[in-house]
Amino acid sequence: MVGKNVNYSFETMHLEASKSITPPRVKMEAKGVDVYYGDKQALEKVDLPVPLNRVTALIGPSGCGKSTFLKCLNRMNDTVVGCRVTGSITLDEEDIHSPTVDVVQLRARVGMVFQKPNPFPKSIYDNIAYGPRIHGMTRDRTELDQIVEESLARAGLWNEVKERLQEPGTSLSGGQQQRLCIARAIAVNPEVVLMDEPCSALDPIATARIEELIDELCNKYTIIIVTHSMQQAARVSHYTGFFHMGELVEYDHTEAIFTNPQQERTKGYVTGRFG
Amino acid sequence: MNHKNETPEQRKYLAKRHAASRRFRWYGIMGLGIALMTLFFLLGTMVLKGYSSFFQTQIQLTVSFDKTVIDPLGDQSAESLARGDYRAILGNALKRVFPEIKSRDDRRQLSKILSDGASFQLQDLLVSHPEWVSTSQTVWLIASDNVDMWVKKVVDHDLPESQRRISDLQAKWLAFLETNNQLRLRFNAMFFTSGDSRNPEMAGILGAMKGSALTLLITFLVSFPLGVASAVYLEEFAAKGRWADFIEVNINNLAAVPSIVFGLLGLALYLNLMHLPRSAPLVGGLTLAMMTLPTLVIATRASLKSVPDPIRDGARALGASPLQVVLHHVLPLAAPGMLTGTIISMARALGETAPLLMIGMVAFIMDIPGGVLDPSTVLPVQIFLWADSPERAFLEKTSGATLILLAFLITMNALAVYIRNRVERRW
Ligand SMILES: Nc1ncnc2c1ncn2[C@@H]1O[C@H](COP(=O)(O)OP(=O)(O)O)[C@@H](O)[C@H]1O
Ligand SMILES: [Mg+2]
Repeated sequence: MVGKNVNYSFETMHLEASKSITPPRVKMEAKGVDVYYGDKQALEKVDLPVPLNRVTALIGPSGCGKSTFLKCLNRMNDTVVGCRVTGSITLDEEDIHSPTVDVVQLRARVGMVFQKPNPFPKSIYDNIAYGPRIHGMTRDRTELDQIVEESLARAGLWNEVKERLQEPGTSLSGGQQQRLCIARAIAVNPEVVLMDEPCSALDPIATARIEELIDELCNKYTIIIVTHSMQQAARVSHYTGFFHMGELVEYDHTEAIFTNPQQERTKGYVTGRFG
Repeated sequence: MNHKNETPEQRKYLAKRHAASRRFRWYGIMGLGIALMTLFFLLGTMVLKGYSSFFQTQIQLTVSFDKTVIDPLGDQSAESLARGDYRAILGNALKRVFPEIKSRDDRRQLSKILSDGASFQLQDLLVSHPEWVSTSQTVWLIASDNVDMWVKKVVDHDLPESQRRISDLQAKWLAFLETNNQLRLRFNAMFFTSGDSRNPEMAGILGAMKGSALTLLITFLVSFPLGVASAVYLEEFAAKGRWADFIEVNINNLAAVPSIVFGLLGLALYLNLMHLPRSAPLVGGLTLAMMTLPTLVIATRASLKSVPDPIRDGARALGASPLQVVLHHVLPLAAPGMLTGTIISMARALGETAPLLMIGMVAFIMDIPGGVLDPSTVLPVQIFLWADSPERAFLEKTSGATLILLAFLITMNALAVYIRNRVERRW
């Protein structure tokens, strides 16, 4: 039943046409993903393609499995007790559960930003430098300095913190902390960035700032964002998947989801009748 | 202030609630007051009884180091000096102060105002001043414990003679020495520089302090790495489940086991099975390590648990390996808590007596231990031993040693509090 709900065709999308001439490649793809927490099934037969250099939004009422799905994509579920993932998830057509894939390496390629900003209780500099350091990405201090500056600049935080790189990351405001976490995630030069409700703990101004940032970042990264705000999904994403009770009910261009949903449940949710 | 809709019942109920919280506050203040009073009483009596042990009565004598008496072999070697008859020299020195005393009985009484240790004192002086041979020197020598008690007025001077250990005659001599400025109370360095002794005036706590230090060192070296490793493994790596629960329950049970049981275990394991030396700090330390380990594991796990999961997730999501997550993020954040837990368990181990009695650390040992295999005692056991001694003068030693033990404990606990407050949590 899921197959026919998912209605995506990159070729016919006018939004795409305005962005690029060639249709986007699929960067990550989930096929028939089931997730269980112990005996309880949290996701059922989820098929979802994630197009390269686009923003994909995951929406749905809370508890429907959005975070669960996101955590499958960088295997953060591995450490969750009793969590079992079946089905196939590919990154550049390679199954991320295949024995040849090192989970440490996978997470360097698929970064993550969490709902609550979680900077390390270290300096701003060390927050950003941590990833490059553990992956041995730099040869010397100047290279590291450069990565730190670039990442902060790309997260739109450089000008605000360049004078205080040695201050603790936790001394920043909530919105700045979240941008710090984004900078930290992109410092290891990932291909995909997962964001789990990155604005839910922020005020509207900080939220607008992050949304702008997402817009800029998608030129370089493939972004998947979970959000409980339909307005946000409409503002920042190119594609949207609607989850309900552990199912992917519908997946389409964002515009199509909001203006012309194919499923009754989607229609009910986006028009605010339930959720 | 009266609210419009407030009924009399509501007002009464409100008054009742306020009264209840006032009452509760009073209970708290009373409890605290009783606890503080007990503490001050304890400390006060200890200080009052113990401070005199830090002082010592000394008697000034002019001693002539007659070469034939103190250097029988005539070569001034340590061996020869050790054979010298220092009692005779002391006797002569006393005779010069009190020439009128003739009877043998009075002479014996006179010699008893000096400590048995005075001879050793003379010998030590000669070894460090070989040029004193064949000269006369004025030196301060330790008085006997009975004189010490008399001078410190620990014993009542008005008691009938038969009930005190200083005779009227001796009291007269002491008064004479005092008016001659040949009697003084001085800081008792010996208390801090020597080991135990049968003579209270010569007994010191250095042996026990060193024994405690060595024992604690072993305890720390064994229990800290083991405790931290187990806690980190259980908290950060081990799969949660029935086994983890089982282990947790058992660690909690172990922490509640009376310490003497660990002493029995130490006796069976280290002495009877492994034949390690009795009374040695090594065995004491290993025994106390067994006792400390569960508490240490619990404290460490608690501080690991207090590190918020988002920190772990953040590091993991950047591709940190499980070990890197622990080493780079969890341990540094848990360190203050772990440190406080460790210091507090070490303080507990320092004050522990019962398990050490089981492994023979209760023996009378005069020598100061040089290593972890030498027989030794520890501070609390030393206190126990002195408290058990009949001599009056050991009473003040008991309190003095208790004061020192308390000082160590308070220092350690203060350090723990300092670390806890200093390294504030920054997340
Ligand atoms: N660690 C977990 N253990 C057990 N159940 C979980 C766990 N995490 C999530 N779940 C369950 O899985 C379902 C989906 O959760 P989640 O993915 O967090 O939803 P969402 O992010 O859409 O609000 C919920 O019913 C939740 O209770
Ligand atoms: Mg969620």
